Amino acid sequence: VNGALVRVGWRHAGRRHKLGMVLAYVVLVPGALLFVAPFAWMLSASFQPLGDIFSWPPQWIPKDPTVDGYKTFLGLGETTGAGTEAENPWRWFVNSAFVASSVTALQLFFNSLAAYVFAKRQFPGRDLIFLGFLATMMVPGQVTLIPNYIVLKHIPLFGGNDIFGQGGHGWLDSYYGLILPGAVSAFGIFLLRQYMMSIPDELLDAARIDGASEFRIYSRIVLPLTGPALAATAIFTFTYTWEDFFWPLIIISSPDHYTAPLGLALYVVKNRTAWDVLLPGSVIATLPMIIVFLIFQRRFIQGISLSGLKG
Amino acid sequence: VATVDGRRAPAEDARPVQPRTSGHISTEPPTRKHRRGIGWRMRRNWDAYLYLAPGLLLFSVFTVFALGFAFYLTFHEWNIIEPDRPFIGLENYRDMLEDERFRRSVYNTMYFTGASVPLTMLIGLGVALLLNQPLRGRGILRTLYFLPVVTPFVVVAIVWKWLYNGDFGLFNYYLLKTHLIDEPLLWLADKNLAMPAVILMSVWGGVGFSMVVYLAGLQSIPEELYDAAKVDGAGAFARLRYVTIPMLRPTTLFLLVMGIIGSFQVFTQIFVMTSGGPVDRTTTMVFYIYEAAFKFYEMGYASTLAYVLFAMLFVFTLIQLRLYRRTNT
Repeated sequence: VNGALVRVGWRHAGRRHKLGMVLAYVVLVPGALLFVAPFAWMLSASFQPLGDIFSWPPQWIPKDPTVDGYKTFLGLGETTGAGTEAENPWRWFVNSAFVASSVTALQLFFNSLAAYVFAKRQFPGRDLIFLGFLATMMVPGQVTLIPNYIVLKHIPLFGGNDIFGQGGHGWLDSYYGLILPGAVSAFGIFLLRQYMMSIPDELLDAARIDGASEFRIYSRIVLPLTGPALAATAIFTFTYTWEDFFWPLIIISSPDHYTAPLGLALYVVKNRTAWDVLLPGSVIATLPMIIVFLIFQRRFIQGISLSGLKG
Repeated sequence: VATVDGRRAPAEDARPVQPRTSGHISTEPPTRKHRRGIGWRMRRNWDAYLYLAPGLLLFSVFTVFALGFAFYLTFHEWNIIEPDRPFIGLENYRDMLEDERFRRSVYNTMYFTGASVPLTMLIGLGVALLLNQPLRGRGILRTLYFLPVVTPFVVVAIVWKWLYNGDFGLFNYYLLKTHLIDEPLLWLADKNLAMPAVILMSVWGGVGFSMVVYLAGLQSIPEELYDAAKVDGAGAFARLRYVTIPMLRPTTLFLLVMGIIGSFQVFTQIFVMTSGGPVDRTTTMVFYIYEAAFKFYEMGYASTLAYVLFAMLFVFTLIQLRLYRRTNT
């Protein structure tokens, strides 16, 4: 599966009819324009003053381009009245970046460790535990939502809680609460395990004979050979966490802990007219995703086919 | 599993028992006939459990315990603030059956899923088929169709909320300009248009994903099948009908299952664009669960709704897998 996609189509070269290609352009190019239009409008409007955003007909090219919206959003320059309960919106992005990176790093480590023992070790209870992980892959997050909220609330000795987990808010409204429940993923373990199964046992046995410790075998032999699958899961985890909205919405209450999607969504619900600030914010929240995607495009798409075809 | 080959024997002799480093290989001397006891094997592989520990701990708390506790809550009434949660038997389930809003939310969720999943898959397949040719610029086209997938969903919802704006939105502007409509439409505030509007936006956001998965599926079809079909005189349409579509069946199943699971949980669009309105026309199951739990603080009832959602997804997935297996054999 690896890399196949990049070569898509070229092997058919010259075999298809010209007609098909003409049809493709006639349909695909206008379609692509429709797909890009909302982005183009978002980008253009983010440089327009509020009055121009509310203009009829809509302007595709800013008449008086301005970066005031960006400045306001990032807390530079003077604030233009509407909706400034978000005092430091730039923190949303720092929070998102921190949370998404932490979750990704923890997941890579924990998932790969678990995947390694599931794929390459034999010990009592292995298959039972693995089945347990698999069986819960389909559980929708809403089922565990309320219990997890309560668990976080009662973590002892955090957030004003006593040793019995009473009295405070525990890990609610904290980075711990955003990061730890997502620090391991059954799907990630499954994907990595499937990939590690294809590493020949002889390689590991040879290292054992040479006296390599199990951790060394995991870190020096298995991990490097799992590169593409690790990269794919890392990209997925990062983007998923970056744009996750539901969980932060439930557990985060103070604006200083907002992630970018949460901050933006609450902003749009509360300030129905502050589009001049909201749109620059949307652009800033989107850019990291698009950059990550453009840089890792091949891996991204490989990852989808990896999970899609094996999963 | 113990592959006792010539190379290993000397090493074994040199270091007879190495509990810390032996995982996969059984280092039992070849003469021993009986399997060792389970306790011995557990002690010997203690480090495997250690590697599993972080994942297992988090998993036990945030999934296993949570599942059990949520199930327990479905038989109780609890507003989260008060310490006592009285046992009320099946009251929550009974309430649910008579709850008009719940019925509405199930209907809305079905409506959303029934429209958005097939549309997303069909358009994704169409784009993939057209893109699966040696076109100039296909990389760019593929990227453009995929962009919405990598855009945070909250942002997509915000931008589309503006596009649907009744007074200044682009939709109304172009529809009025081309005289397709005479009066501006209210889109998200219109009780018959709100759900279709949310669906259209979601399809836009999801086509790129189906396209990429279908492209990967198309790649796995052997060229020989097409050659053979051509020899048999099959035209382009016949090849699509009898080769491509059947060969894409696993891909289609995957997208269908993932699509249904995902769209049963639709929430972000609803929260940002409509808040469930107008008059509950876009209140989906997850939005209702969210409201029950964190607006009305009915934790027991919300857990019951969540379990019902889970059960529905479970049954749907089983049926699809069953159908798939039957038609495949």
